[in-house]
Amino acid sequence: VPDATGLELLAGELRDADPEAVVGTLHFRGKGAIDVAPSRIRPTLRFLKERGFRFLASVHGLDYYPEEPRLGVQYELLDMRQVDRLTVRLRVPTDAPEVESVTPDWPTADHQEREVYDMFGVIFDEHPDLRRILMPEDYEGHPQRRDFPMGGEAVLFTHNEPHLPGWWQP
Amino acid sequence: MSEVQQRSAIPGMTYRQMESSVELDHIPHPEHEELLTLNLGPHHPATHGVLRLITTLEGEVVRDIKPVIGYVHTGIEKNCEDKAYWKVIPLVERMDYLSYYFNAMAFCGAVETLLDIDVPPRAQYLRVIHMELNRIASHLLWLATGGLDLGAMSVFWYGWRDRDLILDLFEMSSGQRMHPRYFQVGGVAEDIPEGFEAKCRAFTAQFPARIGQFEELIDRNQIVLERLRGVAAVDERTLLELGVTGPLLRAAGNPWDLRKAEPYCSYEQFDFKIPVGTVGDNYDRYRVRMAEMLESCRIIEQALDGLPEGAYITDNRKYALPPRHELATSMEALIHHFKLVTEGFRVPPGEAYYPIESPRGELGCFVRSDGSSKPARVHMRDPSFVNLQAFKPMVQDLYIADLIAALAMLDPILGGIDR
Repeated sequence: VPDATGLELLAGELRDADPEAVVGTLHFRGKGAIDVAPSRIRPTLRFLKERGFRFLASVHGLDYYPEEPRLGVQYELLDMRQVDRLTVRLRVPTDAPEVESVTPDWPTADHQEREVYDMFGVIFDEHPDLRRILMPEDYEGHPQRRDFPMGGEAVLFTHNEPHLPGWWQP
Repeated sequence: MSEVQQRSAIPGMTYRQMESSVELDHIPHPEHEELLTLNLGPHHPATHGVLRLITTLEGEVVRDIKPVIGYVHTGIEKNCEDKAYWKVIPLVERMDYLSYYFNAMAFCGAVETLLDIDVPPRAQYLRVIHMELNRIASHLLWLATGGLDLGAMSVFWYGWRDRDLILDLFEMSSGQRMHPRYFQVGGVAEDIPEGFEAKCRAFTAQFPARIGQFEELIDRNQIVLERLRGVAAVDERTLLELGVTGPLLRAAGNPWDLRKAEPYCSYEQFDFKIPVGTVGDNYDRYRVRMAEMLESCRIIEQALDGLPEGAYITDNRKYALPPRHELATSMEALIHHFKLVTEGFRVPPGEAYYPIESPRGELGCFVRSDGSSKPARVHMRDPSFVNLQAFKPMVQDLYIADLIAALAMLDPILGGIDR
């Protein structure tokens, strides 16, 4: 979105369609961002898709620790005809990190939502195959969270494998 | 013989049961044909890294494929959160290890957006020169290994030969052949040395003839042509839905290139064309990348011709190191140097997403700053990671031999996928 006025107009259209969808807007360094309620993400993105933002470039997760609600998911939308970018953001708490999956409308979100689940523990409802993608299947915890310690894990080699108890047990 | 101890991550479950992703029920197949699940990789030379593919075969035909990734996940994004901004650059360069200049550019661009600082024109041109050289080097390695997968061994050796010329140029300007930490926030680390321009011009003068040599090796080779033409075609609509960008999308006829669409780093000042394909099969992917190398060569020549005079890094001492000689005479320079080297610079709070056109598609770097001297979140939208999702529509119902060719033409870099 090139200017703050255009962003407000777009947010106004979204509010007309669903009064509770838009929580706030932000225009920062020439780029617009719309904050939406987590429960309204799928209709909001579908509305924006019909408005021309037909390409979902990226989905990324964030941890706003120590702010609450902690976890964030951001969707980078792209309008290839107008060459226009828009960020759609949402925040969920760690005790109920549930977001509707957008994979029915955007098949590209499949791997990216799996990565956000793997790294932050955000659960995408109705995702067709929500498993860990980068970490091992039996890994515990979500390593990109800000309170997850760095470097506390012993590295497995053949020589110390028998002395690291329990790594193969649940 | 003693009994072999079965060890599995979950007791009582075999590895086959743990692979819950493999479901054979949904695949329609004749009763008499048996479906076979075959594991390809992760340690296999044709998977271009440590990509593991769980393929379901009916005879020799691929019916289903599941990529399993994460074997070279090294937690780079997590480590970035523990480093000052300028120390993050060498880390992100190691993500997609064939397009290191692009990774650094995406990160520096995102930080520069947050800082709201300008990059001097000479630095922008130097960045363009290095990125386009890097694009050629990356495509040459794709051509070399792709040729190897198709059995074209000579292409493999000649590809490495020409890539080495580019690495020599990188060594000359930045001291390293790979992962040079040449791009800095606000510009580049050093000006190009004496003689770089002449050597670079010698390369660009010679390179179109080298492309001609490759085309003579490949373009009339019936084996290669039959394995590329009409194989693994995916239409533009499916590719866009799967988020595929770069040469794969352009091969399907969509001229989307961020260098033209959203020019960054003064790409709007160069005259170049965007090669596009027609049907989006393996042959188009091959032709598009070959034509892209020639266009990159033209951009490098134009950048050398129009290389502006002036500073190679921003003169804002809050973000760029002062010149070495000033440290002996200026107390202020010494303070700036000390602050930058010990703590690093602080970045105002905010979030920025900076997309650029890497050799594989849209490479976007997302940086969130909380106002401290370390980023609160660094995320790379790596094109290989997203493009890999298009592999299933590419190879479904093809022979397993074509799967190898299609993977070579997809050109995934596992360092970028796993990060």
